[in-house]
Amino acid sequence: MTTTPAQRAAPGPRPRRARLPWQRVPIWALMLLACFLSVVPFYLMFVWASHPSAEVFTFPPHLWFGDAFLSNFQGLMQVTDGQAPRQFWNSLYIALVSTLTTLFFCSLAGYAFAMYDFRGKGALFGFILGTMLIPPLVMDIPSFLVMNNFLGWVGEPRALWVPGMANAFGIFLMRQYISSALPRELIEAARMDGATEFGIYRQVVLPLIRPILATLGVVTFVGAWNNFKGALIMKLSEPDTMTLPLSLRRLGGGATNVNVDWGAIMMLVVITVIPLLIVFLLASRQVISGLTSGAVKD
Amino acid sequence: MSQRTAPRASWSYTRFQQRFAPYLFVSPFFILFAVFGLFPLLFSLFLAFHLWSPLDGMGNWKFVGFENFTLALGPTDMFWKSLKNTLWIGLLSGIPQHLVALPLAFIIHHSLRRFQGTLSTVLFLPYITNAVAIAIVFATLYSERLGILNYLGGLVGLDPVRWLGDPNMVPYSVAAVVFWRYVGWNTVLYLSGLQAISEDVYEAATVDGANGWQKFWYITLPLLRPMMFYAFTLTIVGSMQLFEEPFMLLNDGGGSGGAGLTSAMHIFNTAFRDLDMGYASAMSWLLFLAIFAMSMLNNYLFSRDGGKK
Repeated sequence: MTTTPAQRAAPGPRPRRARLPWQRVPIWALMLLACFLSVVPFYLMFVWASHPSAEVFTFPPHLWFGDAFLSNFQGLMQVTDGQAPRQFWNSLYIALVSTLTTLFFCSLAGYAFAMYDFRGKGALFGFILGTMLIPPLVMDIPSFLVMNNFLGWVGEPRALWVPGMANAFGIFLMRQYISSALPRELIEAARMDGATEFGIYRQVVLPLIRPILATLGVVTFVGAWNNFKGALIMKLSEPDTMTLPLSLRRLGGGATNVNVDWGAIMMLVVITVIPLLIVFLLASRQVISGLTSGAVKD
Repeated sequence: MSQRTAPRASWSYTRFQQRFAPYLFVSPFFILFAVFGLFPLLFSLFLAFHLWSPLDGMGNWKFVGFENFTLALGPTDMFWKSLKNTLWIGLLSGIPQHLVALPLAFIIHHSLRRFQGTLSTVLFLPYITNAVAIAIVFATLYSERLGILNYLGGLVGLDPVRWLGDPNMVPYSVAAVVFWRYVGWNTVLYLSGLQAISEDVYEAATVDGANGWQKFWYITLPLLRPMMFYAFTLTIVGSMQLFEEPFMLLNDGGGSGGAGLTSAMHIFNTAFRDLDMGYASAMSWLLFLAIFAMSMLNNYLFSRDGGKK
């Protein structure tokens, strides 16, 4: 059985050492600096997105918000030929479908590995864990070839979400959580009541594993939303398939180019980052504790 | 089948589905892996020994033996250089990540526990953000004539630095972005490792008169070993595949002199720009071997002097 660190860290009373306030000043200074460095690029992208393009680079640099949000959005619509909302939707579609399918298939498999005894279970689970050792990079070329030469999915969004629907990390995370959080008696009781096996999963298990579904859901959403290389390789570059990261690359690639509409680019940067911030901030504690619990094995 | 002594009920639908449900539940992974994992891997291994472009059509591959591998390791190609770049950027970003994350986690855990949740969230933010978007922000900061970094440097009398233009600076500039993205993730990992260490050990040490430094050195570090191993492994595997940051900051060529061309970028260019799939496959297997070797080295270093656990 596995315990999550959160469970292990019994919040017992800690011995309070009397500390002089000034001794804590360096600690606070250090923490504020670390937080500042973490946050400042986010802050700057919002500041830049609110100034006219010509003023993104000015001396001294702008450190406070301007009033060009709207005109930068119009600029963005111009440089993307009105496609920015469509690109947002394409990214959202891929991220949502990835998330839903991943949650379904991984929780189903994780439940099976946690709550059933079946022949070959150990070997099958070991195999799944073993596939985690394959570096994703090694899969780039062969998966392109499968999509290109066998399935003809290149240029289609499903090339991005289908292969990862049931992935080793998700199954592992689900199994760890389900085997430590759900008692087997519960499953037995439902079985006695005449529930079907899938019915038990749907009506008993799913509602009880919401916390870990939230964790895996956020991680999957963020991963799919940010998937740049996959979209690049699978050529989601037509107007009706282009995702936000590809659009960003097209507009903002070539770092040294100053003669582009920087206000519009920063607006696109902000649009790309806002959903991530929202999704993460809504569930950050849950995500962090869920993610790190997967790291501690017994 | 007929020797079964169990009543006919054992053949009921209920029993049947109980028995086969788990296989059905785990089958999606294996079906997907067969189609999108195993078959592609074998295909790429096959291609590594052939000369082939997707334009040639299926079946028109030319067997070249180990030629792809020898070419990659030979002096004429960029692969060696890209591997050196990758390692160098990996060291420049990876070592500071852990040197900063570990003390940071230690301080948060011992002195700022009440703010642990908030601090974790803030430090974790860079990890979840979009690499392409953030690379654009950093590219702006790095801008030679107009960027904030050179502006700030100018205030204290420093000459402008060509952050993305000077081949000697490029690895540092790229590594700084990677460091920024992952230092918080490592801090959070170490924090959760610290939470798993029993308070009793520290209390005993306090009673014995150990100071903060001694506690860190003699208690925290040894007990944090498994988490350090895990975090190091992730850093190694991740930095060996570095792609998006240099690709965005420097374009696909890796900037002037190719100082920021990582192996992942070189493989990408060979496969998807030059359409030399056999050669690119061979290089991706070589990179896989390099990642494997470094993971083994990490494993060895961690098990050697900590063997007794």
